[in-house]
Amino acid sequence: MTRYTSATPDDRAEMLAAIGVDSTAELFEQIPEPLRLGRPLALPDGLSEAEVYERLAALAARNADAEEQVCFVGAGMYDHYVPAIVDAITSRSEFLTPYTPYQPEISQGGLQVMFEFQTAMSELTGLPVSNAGLYEGPSSVASAGYLAMGATKRRRFVVSRGVHPHSRETLATYSEGYGAEIVEVGLEGGLTDAAALAAAVDGETAAVILQSPNFLGAIEDVEALGAAAKEHGALLVVACDPMTLGILKPPGECGADIALGEGQPLGNRLDFGGPSFGFFCATEAQIRRMPGRIAGETEDVDGRRGFVLALQTREQHIRREKATNNICTAQALNALGAMVHLAWLGREGFRELGELLVRRTAYARERLAAVEGVELLHEAPVAREFAVRLDAPVAAVLDHCAERGIAAGYPLGREYPEHEDGLLVAITERRTREQIDELAEAIEGAIAGFHAHGAFVGSDRGEFVSDSDTKSPSEAPVA
Amino acid sequence: MSTIAETPIQREHARTIYEKSKPGRRAAVLPDAGVPERPLEELIPSGLLRAEPPRLPEIAEPEIVRHYNRLSRRNFDLDSGFYPLGSCTMKHNPRLNERVAALPGHARLHPAQDPRRAQGALELMWLLQESLSEVCGLPHVSLQPSAGSHGELAGLLLTRAFHADRGETRTKVLAPDTSHGTNPASVTMAGYEVVKVATDERGGVEMDDLRAKIDADPDQVACLMLTNPNTLGLFDENIAEIAGLIHAAGGTLYYDGANLNAVMGQSRPGDMGFDIVHLNLHKSFSQPHGGGGPGAGPIAVSERIAPFLPRPQVVRRESDNGGGPSFDLDFERPKSIGRLRGFQGNFGVFVRSYAYILSLGADGLAEASETAVLNANYLKARLAAGRAGARLPIAFDRHCMHEFVLSGKPMKRELGLATLDLAKRLLDFGFHPPTVYFPLLVEEALMVEPTETETKESLDAFADAIERILAEAETDPEVAKSAPYTTPVRRLDEVKATRHPVVRQPLS
Repeated sequence: MTRYTSATPDDRAEMLAAIGVDSTAELFEQIPEPLRLGRPLALPDGLSEAEVYERLAALAARNADAEEQVCFVGAGMYDHYVPAIVDAITSRSEFLTPYTPYQPEISQGGLQVMFEFQTAMSELTGLPVSNAGLYEGPSSVASAGYLAMGATKRRRFVVSRGVHPHSRETLATYSEGYGAEIVEVGLEGGLTDAAALAAAVDGETAAVILQSPNFLGAIEDVEALGAAAKEHGALLVVACDPMTLGILKPPGECGADIALGEGQPLGNRLDFGGPSFGFFCATEAQIRRMPGRIAGETEDVDGRRGFVLALQTREQHIRREKATNNICTAQALNALGAMVHLAWLGREGFRELGELLVRRTAYARERLAAVEGVELLHEAPVAREFAVRLDAPVAAVLDHCAERGIAAGYPLGREYPEHEDGLLVAITERRTREQIDELAEAIEGAIAGFHAHGAFVGSDRGEFVSDSDTKSPSEAPVA
Repeated sequence: MSTIAETPIQREHARTIYEKSKPGRRAAVLPDAGVPERPLEELIPSGLLRAEPPRLPEIAEPEIVRHYNRLSRRNFDLDSGFYPLGSCTMKHNPRLNERVAALPGHARLHPAQDPRRAQGALELMWLLQESLSEVCGLPHVSLQPSAGSHGELAGLLLTRAFHADRGETRTKVLAPDTSHGTNPASVTMAGYEVVKVATDERGGVEMDDLRAKIDADPDQVACLMLTNPNTLGLFDENIAEIAGLIHAAGGTLYYDGANLNAVMGQSRPGDMGFDIVHLNLHKSFSQPHGGGGPGAGPIAVSERIAPFLPRPQVVRRESDNGGGPSFDLDFERPKSIGRLRGFQGNFGVFVRSYAYILSLGADGLAEASETAVLNANYLKARLAAGRAGARLPIAFDRHCMHEFVLSGKPMKRELGLATLDLAKRLLDFGFHPPTVYFPLLVEEALMVEPTETETKESLDAFADAIERILAEAETDPEVAKSAPYTTPVRRLDEVKATRHPVVRQPLS
């Protein structure tokens, strides 16, 4: 008997007799003989629970996580404190182990959570309709593009270069399929070039896609930029960071038709990129074009309040090729985590957290800008993330900081070659003033060291095979 | 029957967390900023600030915990009982997997961490890729897609890129009339047109129809999407011939891995001739469903499709100085279809599924599929021996793989009981019903997938419950027609919820 099964030899014998066969092999005879594997898989033998734990713990130990390094890396996912009640509630079997609530009578818990979550996201974004969540941020942008094509019967997106590079790339990937064209509008002083955007939008534009705060941390004037979309009948799609929506004007009040984003900052751990969830809110006009599950309120036969999956006629299991999206399994448990986190923060706590982030970010931005060899990449207002230029190779500065136990930020060079010297620094409530000061000192030391020696003494870069981002040790200047 | 006494949980009127809110209550205490408390307007232009914070609930921690614990009791879940939901593979979710996924080295690892400082995570992804590659019999794997339907979209975009690279534009994707709804939905999203292929009397692809659909316009055939065993739980014996026909027309053959739990270590999609496979890690590889996710939908592909895989791709690099291998993210893939999402995929799911594969090993995976097939055939036989044999006959009477489909047509005709009624009555017996009304081909369908982790006793109890419900309906069909009676709420008005959607709590 192997793991997680219960059939004893006696059970098997009785079951085979009931079926009327002599062996399970007979059941597999419907697979043509040449297609039967006929050998064991070339995988190791199974291990005991303790051995599996040790194996995975050993792998985990080879990662520098946010407990080992002070994490100033953001770029869409942030090292927030996830309150203990999130883990306690999301690990309950009743939430962890059911399937999608196709039988509402025995799924009221999950359905009501969806309804509460939709209410919360609707409040955050200032839009009346929310779904129960999508996979994650960038693919939600691509789903918004698909919705906009259906709504406008047009096939062109005007996209700000301030939108997360992963979102722009995902939109491009999907667009190859559904047949859309993408026009990118550049940034000026960290913000979307308003004149270029206005010039790019026309009667063929299905959607104008912005992000605020944008990838460089700058808060966009969504209302002003969105005017071009309104003028030409295009949808205004705004990607946003949910953690900033306690203080920033919500997209719904800025004219957005769709507000969406990466949900990880709400109640979800970093998990090396997932699972998290995407949120997706829209105006009433789009409710029947929305992707994903939506819970709705109704009554049972005795008049009790209850919840069901509403508007299922949008969905793949009913509409098949005419569905508004292909999504099925999404991220319900992650959305529950967000809802619990938001309830824990509450109305006041959520606003206070936003203020805390803004103030600490302002401190960090000024502290870093005061460092010799560091200057701001842009001066636009920011909320919880900002970009600087370094007067030393970014990869080398990151290595220097890593040796001091600090993950200093996200290097911009790969995705913004025009900012090869750029570093994106993110702040959460876990990043204290002392840690910010240590970051500033580490960066200062790195840059000073670079200029004094032309290289970094004691760099660990030789210990690893370099990735495409970093020079190999042999290419690095020698001290 | 609707006059029966309310159960305690039914008397508990549903109240949302917003209705328990009271100004001045709170749970969170935040750290002091520790930096100057400057007015926000000094830092951000007031025109960009919001006037009022979002109306989140105001409630203290003890009541948050109670609220969600109460809600949790209004859910049925796999840990509470048998969940034979066809095509969903509701197998046990090992708690070990949760423990290892929560290790800080996994859970608190930033996705943009320098690959040199995330070697354990990248090695784990590489090992999982290698394991899934072996299970599928295909040489290359991308873990990026977030769920099955995301994998389908990936597969179709790969097909498009593969043909474009050969200078071809093809417009049609073939799929059986029994296919999962995500298949045609993905086809449309990927910019193709769906062509339905009929099912033959043995439950497989109707070969003449397939030939006709291909011959109608072979140059336009981009792909055939199949699941094998199919949604009837039957292995398509003609798969080699099907693969030959599609490949001869220049199309790709896509495997919807929702039913892989039947064939792990028994038969491999790659050996059947499939070019692209998606796997549902939240089905065959034990990731908990979470009430609708998270999942993960990795894809395995043949050599000819590999250049187009999403980026970044996890790669293993051998050391050139005698050290151990290292792992990296490869972004330099010029023919790649690009990203399907942010970062590297649902890594937390990869940890759980890799732990599952390590736990079972080669023999354990094969035994899991073998037992899944044994359990399904046993339950099928148990049902056929009772009243269900006549009232709920098997749609295609042959040995099944990991699931089987019954038709409630005679039950409806003879007893006036629809499949929906039976499903709702099962709720009173403490069972999650099978998948109902799917596949569409079978009238009043019930699709039953017991999985390998159920005991014979559970299967017997389920068969007994079906027997009792059918016996009960012979004397009083009204009982089932008004079921359920014991659930937190009874039958809900779904039409109202769609005609007049109320999708959020109104707040004052």
